[in-house]
Amino acid sequence: MTHTTDTVMPQEQKGFVDYHSIVQRFGTLAIFLVLVAVATWWSDSFLTRGNLLNVLRQVASTAGIMAVGMLFVILTRGIDLSVGSVMALGSVLTGYFCAMLGYGTGATIFLVLLCGAACGLVTGGFIAYLRLPSFVMSLAMMAVARGLSLIISEGRPIPLSDAGAAFSSFGSGFVLGIPQPVILMFAIYIAGGVVLNFTRFGRVITAIGSNEEAVRLSGIAVPRYIVAVYVISGLLAGLAGIIAASRTGVGSAQVGIGAELNVIAAVVIGGASLMGGKGGVINTLLGALVMGIITNIMNLAGVPGYHQQVYMGAIIVVAMLLQYSTGSLKR
Amino acid sequence: MVTELANLKSISKSFGGIHALRSVNFDVRPGEVHALLGENGAGKSTLMRVLGGEIIPSQGEVVINGKRTELRDPRDARALGIVVIHQELALAPDLSVAENIFLGELPTLISRFSLRRRAKQLIDRLGFDIDPGRLVGTLSVAHQQVVEIAKALSQDIKIIVFDEPTAVLGAQDAMKLHQIIRGLRDRGVGIVYISHRLDEVFDIADRMTVMKDGETVGTVATTDVKIDDIIRMMVGRPIANMFPERSQRTIGAELLNVKKLNAGRMVRDVSFSVRAGEIVGLGGLIGSGRTEVARAIFGADPLDSGTISLKGKALKLKSPRDAVKAGIGLVPEDRKEHGVVIDKPIRVNATMARMSSVVNALGFLKPALERTDVTALGKSLRLKASSIDAPVSSLSGGNQQKVVLAKWFHAGGDVIILDEPTRGVDVGAKAEIYALINKLAEDGKAVLVISSEHQELFGLCDRVLAMGQGQIRGELTPSNYSEENLLGLSMMGGARASNQGSQV
Repeated sequence: MTHTTDTVMPQEQKGFVDYHSIVQRFGTLAIFLVLVAVATWWSDSFLTRGNLLNVLRQVASTAGIMAVGMLFVILTRGIDLSVGSVMALGSVLTGYFCAMLGYGTGATIFLVLLCGAACGLVTGGFIAYLRLPSFVMSLAMMAVARGLSLIISEGRPIPLSDAGAAFSSFGSGFVLGIPQPVILMFAIYIAGGVVLNFTRFGRVITAIGSNEEAVRLSGIAVPRYIVAVYVISGLLAGLAGIIAASRTGVGSAQVGIGAELNVIAAVVIGGASLMGGKGGVINTLLGALVMGIITNIMNLAGVPGYHQQVYMGAIIVVAMLLQYSTGSLKR
Repeated sequence: MVTELANLKSISKSFGGIHALRSVNFDVRPGEVHALLGENGAGKSTLMRVLGGEIIPSQGEVVINGKRTELRDPRDARALGIVVIHQELALAPDLSVAENIFLGELPTLISRFSLRRRAKQLIDRLGFDIDPGRLVGTLSVAHQQVVEIAKALSQDIKIIVFDEPTAVLGAQDAMKLHQIIRGLRDRGVGIVYISHRLDEVFDIADRMTVMKDGETVGTVATTDVKIDDIIRMMVGRPIANMFPERSQRTIGAELLNVKKLNAGRMVRDVSFSVRAGEIVGLGGLIGSGRTEVARAIFGADPLDSGTISLKGKALKLKSPRDAVKAGIGLVPEDRKEHGVVIDKPIRVNATMARMSSVVNALGFLKPALERTDVTALGKSLRLKASSIDAPVSSLSGGNQQKVVLAKWFHAGGDVIILDEPTRGVDVGAKAEIYALINKLAEDGKAVLVISSEHQELFGLCDRVLAMGQGQIRGELTPSNYSEENLLGLSMMGGARASNQGSQV
């Protein structure tokens, strides 16, 4: 189809679109590389094996894994504010199933993931079939899941100690010298990338975010796909809860408070559009790593915890300006 | 010698590769009605956008009151007393009539009482009775238009442009509007009047300018010409050439049958059928329920009652998905919002209605197969694009529409419904789209075409159903195709409402 003499493409826009897509594709990578350079210059201990693995494990057990689910949700032009609370529920349920009910590791993991997915099913069901705004519905689930985790744990941490060592290895163990949660995180990103780029599911959710009505009028069952992304998000939040419980040795309703904001920040720093339809897994991983490195630098520099939040907010704004300064010109 | 209020001198404008205007000359004098005529896509609205400051021309000059002026945005034009009333009205639906009328000059503290009183005076002066406190969104389109005119008159105007004002108005309201226009003319306002209704143009205009394919064919005084002369100027070449030959199709068995369809207020007791290889038109005024019929058949809106059958089998359509599965396709009226996912590649859009053909059992895409399929499809549809990976947004209107058509060619259903298939498409691409629609029918599909361009329906369709107020009011066959017959049937009340001959 390249044989035509009259090119239909408006010339003045063509160059710009290319420029824009380059920034979109590599903007996060640039931010990431700059940060790595700054961190290396700042602290001799940054570029050491121990510290890097530490950063990765930190990322994996906080925003990293959940960011894949959030990316899927955001691609459909939705938002899932409940992930932090579902993570807490996952943490509490891990303690509940294995320590209080005495279930085995496999059964516990399976049941917790199931509960996380169930939370997503409820959130997604209301959004897809009853047309509730995702912001409101996931806000409601945020309250419900946090409440449930407080009820189940009676507000106290549930120690996993009597359930044996199997669980602690899940969050703290190493395979070939790499922390298990990090391996799990990479596996999830690879799976997420495959799903997003090479399957019908990935194509449809991206298209839904761009123009839901056009997808519906092409005969695609849009609600099912929308439910599915929230189920994935809930499931990964449950998984994050298991990792948290296993690393700390207790199931606690206090984990994941405010985590949803870090997760959303990671996805957005990764260049995904909150208006849906744009975003990818590699950039999301870079976004999560950027967040992790910023925290790490501040820790290495001895910035007090309360101050860190202020700097983090400011740095997110700068990162976003770099992403959007070009994007906003397009519209 | 009269000094012109506005003089547009050799204006050119191109969008991408398409020349919308080619050195067009147009002027408006005080106290005259200057009609601007031409087919859809001839460039009339674009020219008026130049006058209204919405488009900056690529070449040419705009002279207002004898002074060369650059209109950078609509506010510049407003400041000079130029108002353009578009077909798509620019009102805020959630504000009241009064607030809309005075939107540009709302005081910091809004006194509803005085605002509404002033609004009422303006509307009364126009001879209409509209409550200034009502929300504009709840008004009929005709009354919204009155609000738009009142809004224009709330300021001091020198030139006012009406872009097909009577297309949505009933006969009585149209007469009232003409009175308003004559009143403005007598006050020395220059009026540009765009309309497809030649009889009313001859009734009201002092001069006429005919445009075609982005150029002016000529400007004449109404007293010097007859309707036939104007039609010849507008058409230029025989319209029939644009349309494919009807005779090559063989019409087969009945595919789609719709019986006693009711859906909301706009679809009432609609029954008709379409056979394989047949192109049936759905005509009538905008707002007569044509789009609603299409959406109901496609499962996009719920049915209240009635049956839709395909090949004799009754369908239960709860969603577009059911319709697509059954083999029905829809090319929607609003291409950008409903037809395509505009920022996604051509390839993705073209296979969207039958993705099963490009994925394996596990849901993994088969990119190589998709590429070959879409490339072949693009070739057969004569799609002009830099690559099948280009986003649909990079294409011209006509080629975007071809992507929508490609989607349904790829889906391969039995019935295809096209709602305003050539809206916003330039003349050359139009003929190609007509050929593609014809090809769908040649392939043995049942085709239903909705269009506001009557010539398009007559040129393309084997028969045309006339709709009015949600009902099918009658049927035209090629022997009695004429604009009057179609509008007559469409606008006729109960007298000939019997559903003559629409069921085979």
